[in-house]
Amino acid sequence: MDIDLMLKVYPFFLEAAWVTIQLSVLTAILGLICGTAGAAARLSRFALVRFIGAAYVSVFRGTPALIQLFILYFGGPQIGIQLDAFEAGVIGLGINAGAYMTETIRGAIISIDNGQREAARTLGLSQWQAVYRIILPQAARLMVRPLGVNLNMLIKATALVAAISVIELTYTAQRYIGSTYKPFEMFLLAGVLYMVIIYVVGRGVAWLDRKVQIN
Amino acid sequence: MTDNPEFVQIRHAQKSFGKLEVLKDISLNVARGQIVAIIGPSGSGKSTLLRAINDLDPLTGGEVWLDGVQVNKTLPHRQYEAHINAMRQQVGMVFQHFNLFPHMTARENVTMAPKMLKGLSNDEADKLAEEQLEKVGMLDRMEYYPSRLSGGQKQRVAIARALAMKPKLMLFDEATSALDPELVDEVNQVMKKLAEEHMTMIIVTHEMDFAASVCDRVLFMDQGVVVEEGPPDVVFRNPSKDRTREFLRKHLAGAK
Ligand SMILES: Nc1ncnc2c1ncn2[C@@H]1O[C@H](COP(=O)(O)OP(=O)(O)OP(=O)(O)O)[C@@H](O)[C@H]1O
Ligand SMILES: [Mg+2]
Repeated sequence: MDIDLMLKVYPFFLEAAWVTIQLSVLTAILGLICGTAGAAARLSRFALVRFIGAAYVSVFRGTPALIQLFILYFGGPQIGIQLDAFEAGVIGLGINAGAYMTETIRGAIISIDNGQREAARTLGLSQWQAVYRIILPQAARLMVRPLGVNLNMLIKATALVAAISVIELTYTAQRYIGSTYKPFEMFLLAGVLYMVIIYVVGRGVAWLDRKVQIN
Repeated sequence: MTDNPEFVQIRHAQKSFGKLEVLKDISLNVARGQIVAIIGPSGSGKSTLLRAINDLDPLTGGEVWLDGVQVNKTLPHRQYEAHINAMRQQVGMVFQHFNLFPHMTARENVTMAPKMLKGLSNDEADKLAEEQLEKVGMLDRMEYYPSRLSGGQKQRVAIARALAMKPKLMLFDEATSALDPELVDEVNQVMKKLAEEHMTMIIVTHEMDFAASVCDRVLFMDQGVVVEEGPPDVVFRNPSKDRTREFLRKHLAGAK
């Protein structure tokens, strides 16, 4: 194993890791927005809105994220959507992650006992007041862990955007292999950096999960 | 205190869940300050009737009136929501499984709705919480989360929570059925206290002794109809209907 080479190139990998982090953060934010909207749609009073929510989930969970990225980035210009690779990566992965988060958020909400809603409504709270004061605070606590799993998957999924040449970790590894012919070292370096990111995020999620529990 | 004999009025209540008819033309008046017990076998429609009063289970036919206002009147969705929320503020409800808010302390459980709906300040709300929790003997557990309370304590906090809205009417749906036997009495004591204060109450219960000791009137329901009603000593000691007699015999035998 060529340790010297690894030490020489790692600053470039750190820069690439920073791009991966940016991608992950933006994707997570967009995913949460889409997931919240999706869950709200899935739980709507209106059948049509519920249908739209369900269709969103099955389309984006039912096709490879890579195909979704390709359609957006390569197919987009054909229908008038011009995005640079980074934008396409964030939007494509964000919408994809949102489909998974929709189910996570919805799952947490429907697991709250209906007696909670009834107790709130009997006191005179409106449907919306019951949701944001009683149901969501309880559901939010249940969501932390499973959303952490979504986040873990999403970070790993950012590797896909190498395929549309966003210069993040995986793409950088591939590029250095082209000039060094050392795939083992380069992918190992990328892998280690992914692991560090995921480990830190995992600890953060575990901390948050402990912090929000009621005692 | 029975100045208004038609304080709560149920007129020809009818309720179906799909094809299953659960309430069949039930009419009932409760005077202000009166305490009515509803007894009957499982599935007879007791909970459904109680929950129809504050529209948790909307009737499919008939009317519910409270203090001269129709609860289940026909209005466009938005107006109906505003109307029903206002009505529900006047009706306290206590559930078999307490349904306390687990993410709030006893104090917060009590103050949440008055703060949100009546705009009480923090000070006013805290005073109210002390007052209500004192009444149910839970002042010393004010800062406890429900997970650290016993069943009887939870139910007493739930009663305080309902009372904090200063309701005109209290509904109890088997408030002691989920409790260990030794915890039943502390909840019954609280309900007795409310009775002494002339709170209007409708109580669904399986506890015949308790019903006999606090209620002015007992309703025996079976299969969606009121089979028999009257003062407790008549209904319990000298029922006129065979079905009531049979239920009481079975129930009292089962209780032993
Ligand atoms: N949401 C619902 N959907 C369908 N059927 C229901 C629903 N709620 C109640 N029922 C049915 O209505 C009937 C009456 O139920 P209800 O809960 O009012 O009985 P109950 O007298 O309170 O019985 P228990 O003593 O067991 O509490 C039962 O047959 C029950 O299965
Ligand atoms: Mg019942």
